[in-house]
Amino acid sequence: MDNFPWLTAMMVVPLIGAALIAALPSAMAARAKELALAFSVATLALGVGALTQFDLHSMQQFQLTETHSWIESFGVSYALGVDGIAITLILMAAVLTPVCILAAWHDVPEGGSREKNYFAWTLLLLAFMVGVFAATDVFLFYVFFEAMLIPVYFLIGGYGGPGRQAAAVKFLLFSLAGGLVMLAAVIGLYMQGPRGPQGFLINSLTGLNIDPTTQKWLWLGFFIAFAVKAPMWPVHTWLPDAAGVAKPATATLLVGVLDKVGTYGMIRFCLQLFPDASEWATPVVIALAVVSIFYGAFAAIAQNDLMRLIAYTSISHFGLIVLGIFAMTTTAHAGAALYMINHGFSTAALFLVAGMLIARRGSTKISDYGGWQRVVPAIAGVFLISGLSSMALPGLSSFVSEFLVLAGTFQRYKGVGAIAALSIVLAALYILWMYKRMMTGPRPEGVVHRDLTWREKFVVAPLILSFLFLGVYPKPVLDILNPAVQRVLTEVGVSDPSPVVPAAAATESEK
Amino acid sequence: MDSQFTATAVNYWAIMPILIVFGGALVGVLVEAFAPRSSRHSIQVALTLLTVVLAFGALVWKSVDDQGSTLAGALMIDGPTLFLQGSVLLLSFVAVLLMAEKFGSAGADAFTPMGAAVPGSPLEAAAARAGWGTGEVFPLALFSIAGMMIFPAAGDLLTMFVALEVLSLPLYILTGLARRRRLLSQEAALKYFLLGSFSSAFFLFGSALLYGYAGSIQFGQISAAISAAGVELDGLLLPGAFFVLVGLLFKVGAVPFHMWTPDVYQGAPTPVTGFMAACTKLAAFGAILRLAYTGIDADRWDWRLAVGAIAALTMIVGSILSVAQTDIKRLLAYSSIAHAGFILVGVLAFDITGVTGVMFYLLAYGLATLAAFGVIALVRDGNTEASHIGQWAGLGRRHPVVAGVFALLLLTFAGIPLTSGFTSKFAAFAPAIAHGGRMGAVLVVIGVLCSAITAFVYVRIIVLMYFSDAKGEVVALTPSVLTTLGLAIAVILTIGLGIFPSPVLDLAGQASQFLR
Repeated sequence: MDNFPWLTAMMVVPLIGAALIAALPSAMAARAKELALAFSVATLALGVGALTQFDLHSMQQFQLTETHSWIESFGVSYALGVDGIAITLILMAAVLTPVCILAAWHDVPEGGSREKNYFAWTLLLLAFMVGVFAATDVFLFYVFFEAMLIPVYFLIGGYGGPGRQAAAVKFLLFSLAGGLVMLAAVIGLYMQGPRGPQGFLINSLTGLNIDPTTQKWLWLGFFIAFAVKAPMWPVHTWLPDAAGVAKPATATLLVGVLDKVGTYGMIRFCLQLFPDASEWATPVVIALAVVSIFYGAFAAIAQNDLMRLIAYTSISHFGLIVLGIFAMTTTAHAGAALYMINHGFSTAALFLVAGMLIARRGSTKISDYGGWQRVVPAIAGVFLISGLSSMALPGLSSFVSEFLVLAGTFQRYKGVGAIAALSIVLAALYILWMYKRMMTGPRPEGVVHRDLTWREKFVVAPLILSFLFLGVYPKPVLDILNPAVQRVLTEVGVSDPSPVVPAAAATESEK
Repeated sequence: MDSQFTATAVNYWAIMPILIVFGGALVGVLVEAFAPRSSRHSIQVALTLLTVVLAFGALVWKSVDDQGSTLAGALMIDGPTLFLQGSVLLLSFVAVLLMAEKFGSAGADAFTPMGAAVPGSPLEAAAARAGWGTGEVFPLALFSIAGMMIFPAAGDLLTMFVALEVLSLPLYILTGLARRRRLLSQEAALKYFLLGSFSSAFFLFGSALLYGYAGSIQFGQISAAISAAGVELDGLLLPGAFFVLVGLLFKVGAVPFHMWTPDVYQGAPTPVTGFMAACTKLAAFGAILRLAYTGIDADRWDWRLAVGAIAALTMIVGSILSVAQTDIKRLLAYSSIAHAGFILVGVLAFDITGVTGVMFYLLAYGLATLAAFGVIALVRDGNTEASHIGQWAGLGRRHPVVAGVFALLLLTFAGIPLTSGFTSKFAAFAPAIAHGGRMGAVLVVIGVLCSAITAFVYVRIIVLMYFSDAKGEVVALTPSVLTTLGLAIAVILTIGLGIFPSPVLDLAGQASQFLR
């Protein structure tokens, strides 16, 4: 099985699924969701298979590599490969997709070709998500980066709530504008490299000696695209709109997985390819990240719309991830990489449980709820756990990553670390206040709803398991991430600041 | 000079494709005169398609082995010429298939039964009742195609001018032959003719100045004269180069010579619009490449900044004005202006890879735009084309295939990866960054930003087709087998050039060296 193309297979399987579902005759359209679930689970199985082939102690940056020439005259190869960060993100996508398909079981009640297309688009999106994280060719990455917009666009614009068209267009335009700027930088980067038929491989473009001014421009071209995607303040405005109107399953994939392309891109491209420019830009990026953290948190507090609230919490969390990436210490970096995974799962749980509530109440307004823990106690409990994980309660997964990010940031930037730590308080505020407004209080009269169904239990079970497991024992994932993190930081050429322990305060030994 | 007359050597195999097309056009005129009216349409379509296929065959089998300058340097049959001629023939094949659509009427559906009749007159009605058709559109198209094949091959200014006229005159007539909204069509034809003649005059005047400068109309000699001469005649060179370029930039619809484009695109019969947008642009850019790379190349430091400014303006004006359009044909007209700007960015790279990129762009854009106008011709509100974009609302629900094809083409125009639009944009922009210096980089940045603007325009139509509720009685007609074939060729190639562009890119790459 050594030469089995795991990553290609992980794209081909959902592609076949999407094509098959799209081609289903209308009489069979009701079978679309079962098929979609089967194909996404098969993809997940392949992902697990790929993980078994992944060598923690490999000397190569990328493993499971496949390289084929694609457009030789442009220097483009079909080159796939993963490092620790990429494979965990791919696995996260592969786990979240079946979960989302299960959660979206009754999203398109009218059935027929519309339902069919919904699941076909979702599977197509899965294929692109695998591709974007697995691409080790800058051009190929760009192709997936842009192509991904199409399924998301149709998922939001075709199936979302009121205002979906405007939100879908806004999403597409923000992403396209960012992406097209990146295209100019992609071409410019190629010209700086060795060119030739494999000129777009990341390996060919790493460690180049680029003139500082050019490097800064190129860095900026990439960073703008990723900042839009991540999204960071001030180019975040598309996210609340898009996530607010999208179906919960779509919002989950959008915020949980797709936006990670932004932060992943910062690590893979901004840092690895332009180390000097990244260091040059660090102060500004950190400032933007801190603004994002607090802007997202305050905006979340002010929301009365459940979906928008969760979207704003994500902006805050993405601020923390970006902070961890650009703090450039091993601890913060590992924390950021781990945070990407944890945030994916906890946001998924929040969105999907919120979706269950919305499906019952028929409203996204927080003020339309109240006292619901007496109506649907199990859902309320799950919602609370998801919320607690999102606000980084110790013992749940996000705590580990958030702590690592803050501690790592503190090593280098004490003031920033201290300020960013305040966001924990705000997180508690927006999560608990939301819970209070929706769940506590007297039981609303005459409101009877079914509590968690079996299907919904299967939706939340893997997510909650991930909180508990990664919260108590994150080591396996950190073991996968750490070599990759080390490698990136070596490429940038930074080392951790040595801890300064004043002799008098030696008892204060914690870092 | 020799007093004795020596016959010019003609390499007949090299120019065989052009001769075949001319021959086919002449036979078409005879068919129009002598064939019975009932079978004229079928004969004309068959003859035209056969001519195009034969010419393509001659090009692929014979001309490629007989490259060189012929007719005393009047025609340069080299790599770019052959690639562009082949592209013109391929695109024309699709265009003729689309022109031939009848939708059950006696003649081609897009064309008036009697061009000479006053719009709305009893004569016109009688011609329609009698089932007449305008079969002469096919020989006219063939003449135009022949002109387009000579245009990029021209080795001197005079041949280029003749080709310009040969390709333009039939187009002026074709523009005025729309069956519906005839006044608009005739107005468009008149505008096109007047402005076209005006630009031809510019071209001629520029040619005269260049002749005065170099003492020759041959590109090779002009180029040599520029390299050799001092500065004393520069007063002739720069205006000459500028006026000649104006004449050519008019044909591609570059700003500020674009004013005719929206009116003509809107007024002309839709298949003719597609033919113009695809083939005229291709041939004219071929001529621009020839002139800029082999004729006035040595002087490019004097004029490239001006053309760079034109490219920037073209992209900006084309994309911004396309936002405000409500007529789908006008919208695509402005989009074609923006695309002309993108292509100019590639032209200004002044490198062999730029030629490759431009040629690939022209072919890919031509296929997509032909298919787009082909689809527009299908969407009807009652008896007329539903050209207001509001009428396209909800088309995705009622006609998923038609709307899906159009959405794909719009994504292609927007340059989304995995479509030919992206590959071609990359092919044109990459050389500009690599070899175009700072101006190239700036133009590319303007280009990508303008792409984002145009993407907004295209996406708005997709939104309308898929996410809006239908209004009115707009339907998509079922096309005939021939039209379906034409659309299928264009759409499949559009996807193919997006996913596996290598063969065509390599071909364009091998064919991008100009003979000087």
